[in-house]
Amino acid sequence: MKIKPLQIIAHIILILGVLLMVVPIWISFASSSHDSVTILTEGMKFHIGDQLARNYNEVLNEKGGWSEEVTAAKMFINSFIMALGIATLKVAISAMSAYALVYYRFKLAVPIFWLIFITLLVPLEVRIFPSYKIVSDLGLTNSYTGLILPLVASATATFFFRQFYKTIPDELLESAKLDGANGWSFFIDFLVPLSKTMIAAMFIFMFVYGYSQYLWPLIMTTAEEYWTVVMGMKIIYTESYEGVALPRTAERFAYIILSMIPPVLVVVFLQKWFIKGLIQTEK
Amino acid sequence: MSFLDLKNVTKIYPNGTKAVHETSLSIDEGEFMVFVGPSGCGKSTLLRMVAGLEDITEGDINLDGKLMNEVDPSERDVAMVFQNYALYPHMNVYNNLAYGLKNRGIDKETIEQKVNDAAKLLQISDYLQRKPSMLSGGQRQRVAMGRAIVRNPKIFLFDEPLSNLDAKLRIQMRLEIKKLQQKVGVTSIFVTHDQVEAMTLADRLAVINNGIIEQLGTPIEIYDNPKSLFVAGFIGSPQMNFLDGNLKNKTLSAEGFEIKDINSDFEGEVTLGIRPEHLSQSENGLISLRVELVEQLGSDNLVYGQLKNKKDFCYRCPGNQTIEKGSNLSLNIDNNKYYIFDKSTGKRVN
Repeated sequence: MKIKPLQIIAHIILILGVLLMVVPIWISFASSSHDSVTILTEGMKFHIGDQLARNYNEVLNEKGGWSEEVTAAKMFINSFIMALGIATLKVAISAMSAYALVYYRFKLAVPIFWLIFITLLVPLEVRIFPSYKIVSDLGLTNSYTGLILPLVASATATFFFRQFYKTIPDELLESAKLDGANGWSFFIDFLVPLSKTMIAAMFIFMFVYGYSQYLWPLIMTTAEEYWTVVMGMKIIYTESYEGVALPRTAERFAYIILSMIPPVLVVVFLQKWFIKGLIQTEK
Repeated sequence: MSFLDLKNVTKIYPNGTKAVHETSLSIDEGEFMVFVGPSGCGKSTLLRMVAGLEDITEGDINLDGKLMNEVDPSERDVAMVFQNYALYPHMNVYNNLAYGLKNRGIDKETIEQKVNDAAKLLQISDYLQRKPSMLSGGQRQRVAMGRAIVRNPKIFLFDEPLSNLDAKLRIQMRLEIKKLQQKVGVTSIFVTHDQVEAMTLADRLAVINNGIIEQLGTPIEIYDNPKSLFVAGFIGSPQMNFLDGNLKNKTLSAEGFEIKDINSDFEGEVTLGIRPEHLSQSENGLISLRVELVEQLGSDNLVYGQLKNKKDFCYRCPGNQTIEKGSNLSLNIDNNKYYIFDKSTGKRVN
C-alpha cells in the first residue's frame, strides 16, 4: 500500500497531539515514584523510581490540613460526592426544564429560555458573594448540600437538551399521546431513552466541571472534613513546618495522579454509552 | 345518531387561517371513509380533530354517542397511523405494540396474547425483537398498523400512511389495508391526496377542497356523477378534459362543435368536461384531435394531443389500437357522458 505524504503529515500531527496529552501525565506519574529530595535536586523524572508504594500510601493515609484532620482519601470522596451531585442534578434539571420549554407551549417560553441562556454570562465566580450570602443564611455552609446546590442549574445543558428535543418529530409525541402517555411518561419513556447518549455526554462534562471546582468549595467550607481535591492540591502539601521542611514534591505528584482517577473512571464507564450511541442510529 | 358524527366542525388556527369550514359528516360503524383532496385542503386537520390532536374551534364531534370535544386524545380510544409511521425508535417491535396496552394497565399475559395475535395477523411475528431502524418500509408500515390494531380501538385513523412507500409496495399495502379493515371490521378514516388510493379503499369518499367537503358518496357515485368542477377534475386518471363553451337554449357551443338537446335550463358561460375514457373514434366525430404523444400502458393507450384551437386534450383507447403520432383522430362522446359546469361557480348544471 502506498502511503501518501498527507497521511504521514496527518499522523505526525496526531502523534504530536497524543504526546502533548500523555507526556505531562507520564512525567507526573514517574515523578511520583521517586522521593522528594531526588526531584528537588535532579528535576522531574521520566522513569519509574522505587518510592511508588511509599508515596501513595502516605498520600492516601496521612492526615493533613491545619488541624491534621483530613486525609487525601477523604477529599477524593468529598469531591466525588460533590461532582456526582452536581452532574446528576444538572442533567436532571436541565433535561426537565428543556422538556418544559419545548413541549409546553406557554407564552413566556422563549423569553424564559433566553433568560436562562443569559445566565451563561454570569458564572458562579461573578455572583460568588450573593451566592455565599444565600447559602450561609440558609445555614448550608460546611455541608454537601451547600457545596452542590448553588451549582445545579445549567444553561449550557438546558440549551443542548432543548436543541435535541426540537429534532424529535412531533408525530412521536402525538402517537404517544394516542397510546395513552401523559406528560411524565412521555418524558421518562421517550425523551430520556432517546437522549441517553446526550445524557452521558452532559454527565461527563458536568462531572468534570463539578470535580474541578475550586473557588466555591474554598469559600464554602471551613471545616476540613468538607475539603475537596482541588483545594487540597493547593493546601495540603504547602505548609512548611516551622519553616524548615522541604517541599514534598513527590507526594504532590502522587496526589495529582490519584486525583485524576475519579473523572477518568466516569469517562471510561460512560464511554460505553457514547460508542453505542455513535454506532446505532436510532432515529 | 351514527357511530361518528361531525357537526358543523370548524377549525381556525391562531394565525387566522381557516382550515376547516363548518363540516358535517356521519360515519357508520365499520365503514371505511376516505378523505381525499389536494395538499392543504384541510383533510388532515379534520382527521386530527377526530383524533384530538387539534382543538375544535367550533362544532361538535360525537364518537359512539359521546361528545369528544374536550376529551383527551389518550381517552378517546382512537388509533392513528402516521405518514412517517412515528414508530418508537428506541423500543423493539414488541414494545412498540405493547406500549399503549401497558399504559392502560392491562396485565402482562393479556398484552403478550394481544401482541402476538396482532403480529400474526400482520405477519410481523419474526421481527418482534427488532428495532424499527432494522425494518424495511413495508415492515414499518405493518408495525404501525399493528400498533393501531392491538388496542382494538373504536376507530382507525390513517394519515397518508402510504406516501412514503415505493409504487409497488404502495399498491400491495393498499390491498392489505383494505383486507385487514374488512377482516377486523373497525371503522376507519383514511386521508390521502392520491385519488387512486381513495377510489380503491373507500366505502365512501369525501372529496375535500379549501376546508369544505365538495362531495360525499361512494367512489362510483363520485366518478359517475361529479357535482362540481373540482371533483370532476380531481377524481379520475388521467384527468378529465375541460373545454370552454356557451350554453343557450339547451344547445352547447364548445370550441368547434355543438351539442344539442342538453338536459339543462342553464344559460351562459360553461365548462364542458369529458373523461378521456368516454370517447371513441368514429367518422365525422365531434372532436378532432391531432396526436402528439401516445403512452402505451399495455392494456390502454393514453393519447395526448391538441384540438384545433391548440387546447390540450387526452383520449384513452384500448391498448390493441395502433395510433400514429401526428395523425388526426375524429372522436365522439360515448352515450352523452359529458359533464357541464357553470364556469363562474364550478357547479354542475346538467
